[in-house]
Amino acid sequence: MTRRYAMAVDTRRCVGCNACVISCKTENDLPSGGFRDWIVQEVHGQFPSLTLQIRSERCNHCAETPCVAACPTGASHVAAGGTVLVNRRKCTGCKACMVACPYGARWVHPDGHVDKCTFCLHRVERGQPPACVETCPTRSLTFGDLADPASPVARLVARRPHLVLQPEAGTRPQVFFLT
Amino acid sequence: MTMSRRQFIKIGAAGAGSAGLASGLGTRWWGLDGDPTPDPRTDGDRVVASYCELCFWGCGVLAHVKEGRVTKITGNPAHPLSRGMLCPRGAGGTGLLYDPDRLKKPLLRRSKRGEDLFEEVSWDAALGKVAEGLEKVKQRHGPEALALFTHGSGGVWFKQFMKAWGSPNIGAPSYAQCRGPREAAFQLTFGTPLGSPEPLDIANARCVTLIGSHLGENMHNTQVQELAEALGKGAQLVVVDPRFSVAAGKARYWLPIKPGTDIALLLAWSHVLLAEGLHDAAYLAAHASGLDELKAHVATATPEWAATITGLDPGLIRDSARLIGASRPASLIHPGRHTVWYGDDTQRERAMAILVALLGNWGRRGGYLKHDRFPLAGYPHAGAPPPPSRARVDRPKGGLYPLANEVLASGLCDASRPGQSLYDLKAWLVYGCNLVQAMPDRPRLLEAIQQLELLVAVDVLPAEICGWADVVLPEATYLERDDDAWNGAWRRPFIAVRQAAVPPMYDSKPGWWIVKELAGKVGLADHFPWTDAREFVKTRLAVKGQSWEALSSTGVLLGPEIPTCEEEGAPLTFETESGKIELYSKELADLDFDPLPVYRPQEEGPPGSFRLLSGRSPLHSFGRTVNNRLLAEPYPENEVWLNADAAAHLAGFEARPLAQGERVVLVNQDGVRSTPVKVKLTQRIRNDCVYMVHGWGQTARGQRYAFGRGASDALLTSRVKIDPIMGGTGMNVNFVRFERAVETA
Repeated sequence: MTRRYAMAVDTRRCVGCNACVISCKTENDLPSGGFRDWIVQEVHGQFPSLTLQIRSERCNHCAETPCVAACPTGASHVAAGGTVLVNRRKCTGCKACMVACPYGARWVHPDGHVDKCTFCLHRVERGQPPACVETCPTRSLTFGDLADPASPVARLVARRPHLVLQPEAGTRPQVFFLT
Repeated sequence: MTMSRRQFIKIGAAGAGSAGLASGLGTRWWGLDGDPTPDPRTDGDRVVASYCELCFWGCGVLAHVKEGRVTKITGNPAHPLSRGMLCPRGAGGTGLLYDPDRLKKPLLRRSKRGEDLFEEVSWDAALGKVAEGLEKVKQRHGPEALALFTHGSGGVWFKQFMKAWGSPNIGAPSYAQCRGPREAAFQLTFGTPLGSPEPLDIANARCVTLIGSHLGENMHNTQVQELAEALGKGAQLVVVDPRFSVAAGKARYWLPIKPGTDIALLLAWSHVLLAEGLHDAAYLAAHASGLDELKAHVATATPEWAATITGLDPGLIRDSARLIGASRPASLIHPGRHTVWYGDDTQRERAMAILVALLGNWGRRGGYLKHDRFPLAGYPHAGAPPPPSRARVDRPKGGLYPLANEVLASGLCDASRPGQSLYDLKAWLVYGCNLVQAMPDRPRLLEAIQQLELLVAVDVLPAEICGWADVVLPEATYLERDDDAWNGAWRRPFIAVRQAAVPPMYDSKPGWWIVKELAGKVGLADHFPWTDAREFVKTRLAVKGQSWEALSSTGVLLGPEIPTCEEEGAPLTFETESGKIELYSKELADLDFDPLPVYRPQEEGPPGSFRLLSGRSPLHSFGRTVNNRLLAEPYPENEVWLNADAAAHLAGFEARPLAQGERVVLVNQDGVRSTPVKVKLTQRIRNDCVYMVHGWGQTARGQRYAFGRGASDALLTSRVKIDPIMGGTGMNVNFVRFERAVETA
């Protein structure tokens, strides 16, 4: 069975504290101004009938990858478990992938290459969860192999109502927001 | 290895490549092979266990060190408070360690106090100056004329110094400017204050009620972890807040209460519980006194009565009360933490404590648990210093605030203004707390400071209070120093280690070193017989045969498990005078205070003004982290929240209403003006109040990032309403109006 890495983000648990953001920055030694994940707070309604959804967002590691298709050098590629990565040595910083990505998940690193979430594949290969998952004080983030029906992420996605971002883009995102 | 794009192209063009870059077949046009998994290699060569100091919760951390630099900080899975998880501040500790604005050398003032002009000197010169100043104050005014303000773990050493020196005047703004009313109220009702960390079993609650607490934005790690755990298990949340907080966004019931009317709501909730028989009658019969008086007291406090006061729908009051009641005994009324709001705060907290009792929640699973300290011996030392000859001076003349159960920092400030108290304070040691943002009524604080003969500030960053000091002593950060071990009470007693991950940068020194050196200069060396913090802790552990090696390597030693609730066999005992839960407080009656909480209307602000409320961002600990570049990235400045509909009809702005994100100046009822701050127009707040995160609008130029960023709620808190029971400074009694910020060139 081919692995399919995915993440479930429990919007009912998440308080939007940004621990995922800060731990990602230090784990991945990101420069000032660069983020691989971020918090979105979406408010609807009028006082006092309001709803609030908080999402810890990142690259959706889509199953259909317009970013990879757009990359002229092969820097953007699909790695283990369907993780979408950028090989910084092949990247010219042309930004074609940034235009193709519907989620604004990519940015230009000061070193000249495009940067984005890697699902902390370096950690995953050592049997550790991504840094954001490990630190999350609300245990909102669940990472794992969606192809394994017994995995916590597969069970959550099977059991809980969820949404993905911009399904109409046809990218088949692999980050699921549990609602 | 990091290599810039440009460097790489040069190497590639030379055709040499390098072993790591080009190896064999399958290359594309770059002459590159394969797509290796990118690894930032931040795990480090070694990992040092310690505990966090970004706030005062004390989570266990693991500092990852690579080639002498801390690369990242992760949660220690062995530590009961962090359980392997950290909040953003804990994860962002490197932003403090590598803050370019850190204090680097001891400083001596070289102009008028407050002009923030200093000269770098040696430690010997700086401590010599402190010693000389202290001796002078002692000769003229006695040793008690020295006060210590302290917040943080290194304060332990300075408290030892005060004991040896002979002054009882040790205080922290964390009592009378924060959790004090709660401590007094729970002591009155259950016989025990709560302290920090609070012994709450949020994880096992079926219903959690937050009253003005914005847990989730207020990021006390373990509590937030448990709140999420409870929600995951299907617990319901009731949130009382004029603002649609993050917690409100998850609540079954949000009660957008009119600020200052909480007591009316709490009495109405008690009314519903008692009228509908939702209270725990057996628990109360066995453990509480004053139920009849309470019943009579709330007989007319109907939801309809409270609705007219609170602005809440009576049905909402009744429905939420029923949910709270139906969830008992695991129905947790959270006690809150920053509880100095309106000057009647002990009474509001009493009304909350009474609800806790009605629900049979104290001492039960999903409620207020028993907790205990890890047994740790004192440092074996002969000759304890004699007790001070004068009592502490934090209460003004006449014995006001009779039920304060900790020292009033505001009282110490007042005693520094001559003739205000039984004797005058003449010198301050300020350890790790920026009184300029922590204390209300800034002119009064600065007046007190100008009366001092000596002000010494010990800090990591050039906080505002340092600018007012005569001597500034740069302390090493928590990642660069050993400290005393931490054994705060918890439901599983434990002890945690503080140990340096890297050596101190610049000429900064750990607190223990500063105190030991200073003690030597004032003839008190005998009272500090330990060689350093590590030997101090090792020796304390050795007394009971506890292992330093185990503590040092894992970061934590766990004590034996204790029964924490009735379900685990912990008997319900109460340390009140009656030995019972005191719903009706005879102690308050004897002191001529209301023995049961009474709602009294708060003063309203001038027309066109909004009540100023403040709170916290999960990324920041008051003003302490504002200069932390890492934490500032997602939350770079505070904003003032204003109801969008109120903004559309704001008097004086009819021609051009305020726009989202526009900079405004807030002007309070006394004419105090804020620095320019962004306005956040939102539906998430009532139209009679505004809200801002505390800690911004700092005036210290040395904190180059924080300087002038956002606005200070503390500055606008020029008035307080003092709680007559325990001396807390109620701060939500200030009102602001809006002015458009004038753009200056």
